[in-house]
Amino acid sequence: MMTRLALSAGRRLRWTQHWLVLAAAVGLWQLWAQQRNSPYFPPPSVILPQMRQLWFSGPADHLFLTPDATSNIVPSLIRVLLGLGISIAVAVPLGIALGRSPAVTGFLDPLLQFARSIPVVTAAPLFIALFRIGTQMEVATIVAGTIWPLLLNTIDGASSLDPIKIETARAFRLSRWHRLTRLIIPSALPKIFTGLRLSLSLSLILMVFSELVGSTNGIGYEMSSASSEFNLPVFWAVLVLLGILGYLLNAVLYAVERLALRWHGAASQRAY
Amino acid sequence: MSRDLKPFGSARVVRWAQGLAGIAAFLLAAESLGLVIPQTVLPRASTVLVQVVRLAGNTRFLADAGATLEAWAAGMLLTVLVAVPAGLVLGSLPGVRFATRALTEFLRPVPAVSLILLVTLLLGSGLRMTVTLIVYGGSWPVLYNTIAGLDGVDPVALQTMRAFGFGRLAVIRHVSLPSSAPFIATGIRIASSIALILDIGAGYLTGRLNGPGIGAFIADVSSGTGDVPLILAATVWVGFLGLALNALLLQAERRLLPWHRASLGSAHERVPLPAAAAGAA
Amino acid sequence: MLKVIDLTRVYRQGAAAHLAIDNASFTVAEGELVTIVGPSGCGKSTLLRCIAGLMTPTSGQVVLNGNLVTQVPDRLAVVFQDYSRSLFPWLTVRENVALPLRRTQRKRHARNQAAESALAAVGLTDAAPRYPWQLSGGMQQRVAIARALACEPVLLLMDEPFGSVDAQTREDLEDLLLLMRAERGITTLLVTHDIDESVYTGDRVIVLTSSPGRIRAEITVDLPQPRDQISTKELRAFSHLRAEVSRLVRGQPAAPASQRADEHGSFGPSARPEPSGTVSPTPDTSPWTSTTPTAHS
Repeated sequence: MMTRLALSAGRRLRWTQHWLVLAAAVGLWQLWAQQRNSPYFPPPSVILPQMRQLWFSGPADHLFLTPDATSNIVPSLIRVLLGLGISIAVAVPLGIALGRSPAVTGFLDPLLQFARSIPVVTAAPLFIALFRIGTQMEVATIVAGTIWPLLLNTIDGASSLDPIKIETARAFRLSRWHRLTRLIIPSALPKIFTGLRLSLSLSLILMVFSELVGSTNGIGYEMSSASSEFNLPVFWAVLVLLGILGYLLNAVLYAVERLALRWHGAASQRAY
Repeated sequence: MSRDLKPFGSARVVRWAQGLAGIAAFLLAAESLGLVIPQTVLPRASTVLVQVVRLAGNTRFLADAGATLEAWAAGMLLTVLVAVPAGLVLGSLPGVRFATRALTEFLRPVPAVSLILLVTLLLGSGLRMTVTLIVYGGSWPVLYNTIAGLDGVDPVALQTMRAFGFGRLAVIRHVSLPSSAPFIATGIRIASSIALILDIGAGYLTGRLNGPGIGAFIADVSSGTGDVPLILAATVWVGFLGLALNALLLQAERRLLPWHRASLGSAHERVPLPAAAAGAA
Repeated sequence: MLKVIDLTRVYRQGAAAHLAIDNASFTVAEGELVTIVGPSGCGKSTLLRCIAGLMTPTSGQVVLNGNLVTQVPDRLAVVFQDYSRSLFPWLTVRENVALPLRRTQRKRHARNQAAESALAAVGLTDAAPRYPWQLSGGMQQRVAIARALACEPVLLLMDEPFGSVDAQTREDLEDLLLLMRAERGITTLLVTHDIDESVYTGDRVIVLTSSPGRIRAEITVDLPQPRDQISTKELRAFSHLRAEVSRLVRGQPAAPASQRADEHGSFGPSARPEPSGTVSPTPDTSPWTSTTPTAHS
């Protein structure tokens, strides 16, 4: 359809423009840092080679990844994905069940609101005390922080179903299974994705923080040791990497969301 | 399926009763679970509750809480003073607005907690470091939301003002600012969550070196094998603090912007998560 | 085939109680198309929902093919007014039509075939792979009708199905409904606030008063079949029927019996006997069992 093509062309243009802005910003940064010559703010011309040397100068059969990359970046990513995976596996079914029983949710509401207002970083000291440092503690911290937006948004999505659709499902006597898979879940999906976006950002925050305080490897650990060695180029390299990883993960999520919800935006655009 | 319509007042009472019953049930369940599971894995709910109460009288904790609040207040004030005008200015110039939004797309994913160490290296430790961190972390959601709020201003209203001969500044003051105020308010509440996270996170990471703060308190308590019930108790207090600060900001919002509450739902008033700036702000 | 006996439905209790339907009774014969018409708020939709088993009546019974209706009965199909919210936007048109069949038909191929033949019957073969929001309002309502037809229901209930489309589309959909009925003979109950529509489509018109909803009259529509939007509406009989229904809906006294008998076989003995010049009181239930000479439950 013509409008679809026009939309994606507009989106591609914006995307290119974004990258141009970034390039300009990097250029400005280079100029400023070179002129300033401060050890605390190395220019991109120092940071980027550092990144390459640290992580991407490995053998070709290893995807050019160095051992440093595999022993730091990979574990961190695994922790993020594992933590998110556990959160999703727990929060989505629970959220749907709770969303469909407003009575139970009424009882749990203050507890849930309280839980979500606890600053997420407090999970780290708790789990260090419980589990000692290591992957277990980090994944637990990530789960503890990311589960709330997912749970609350899923409850919200599952409890705000269109009554006319519910009546249609009853009139046609849809089985419980079909009601779940064909009505409740697709209906709640937009809000679930909203929760997922929040949880993704939180997972990165918690991954870094838990690795800063309780780990022997990982991105946060690399940052921490670079800082204690006063190795600013490495520190900044990790920082930039974090930005890139975060951007990529968000982009992947965005793509998945657009795929899963292609009916959503278009449907709500129509005036009917 | 007829449902009796309860009058408004008793519906609220019912909700409160339900909530309290839920909390009581939860505590009961936690306590009975604690009877089965060893204390080293999960402390008893009663133990934690005792600690929660005792903390209220713990002078060091109170001093630390005060320091955290002080840092929070200073940081929030500076954030608003810096980010809101910046957002208004940057958001009013179309090219700059686009560039700023593009940049925040790339900068947002970098967690502010990762900058704790950098700021520590730069500024040493102490209140100055914490406040700087808070201002950095909190400025992004406020900036982003201010610009987003400006985007939502009715162009017809703007044109009307211009037609009457009002200058740029006056237009901002009379139309753009009030119109974007709800978004800015949400951004401020997001910044508040971030501020608390950064304060406690930095305090925990750098310890007492950084001066008093709840983060430092938790670090002290965590040393050695760590006093889990006490950590949990401190966490509970931090949760209350988060709720209280959010409620405080909401009250301020209601006082200053009484007109918009009707149009936004109760979901608007929930404690926003710091990452909300990254998603649906 | 369908018997509604003393159906009463009360919302809320005590001081705020609202009597939505008061002792409604009527029957629908197999293959009949009965329209229910009345002013807004007269409980038409409530009545339909009670018949569908979506709502439990406060008292009274609904009997479908000899079985008491306590929950949504088997082989019932409903078409709602708000098609944009009744169709599922995340399913294609074909998937929407096939969805109710999932309960009875395991094989996907058979379901899709049934869906496609239903879509062909309403003239929407090309729309099968599209999403509902890509279609116009009239087309979406056709999809809803196809969905209802695909289940091969014994009873089709329609709740103001053409209220949300423009007049032109409404006429097309009315004719579609009549065509479907002629081809498949499905017993249909159509609720509408449009008086023209009730007379044009119906074999019988049931008039409901407003709050509380009571059956004021049942009128047999003796217009020739097949109906045509232009020629049928040109008939004298149509305008008199239309006028009669209008009067009843508005609560005005019915036309005097002499005037009614003058017209060509338009009314018959089924209109409730009322003294002319007075507002009709709530009739007893007893005359209800025989509405037309050919009706049988």
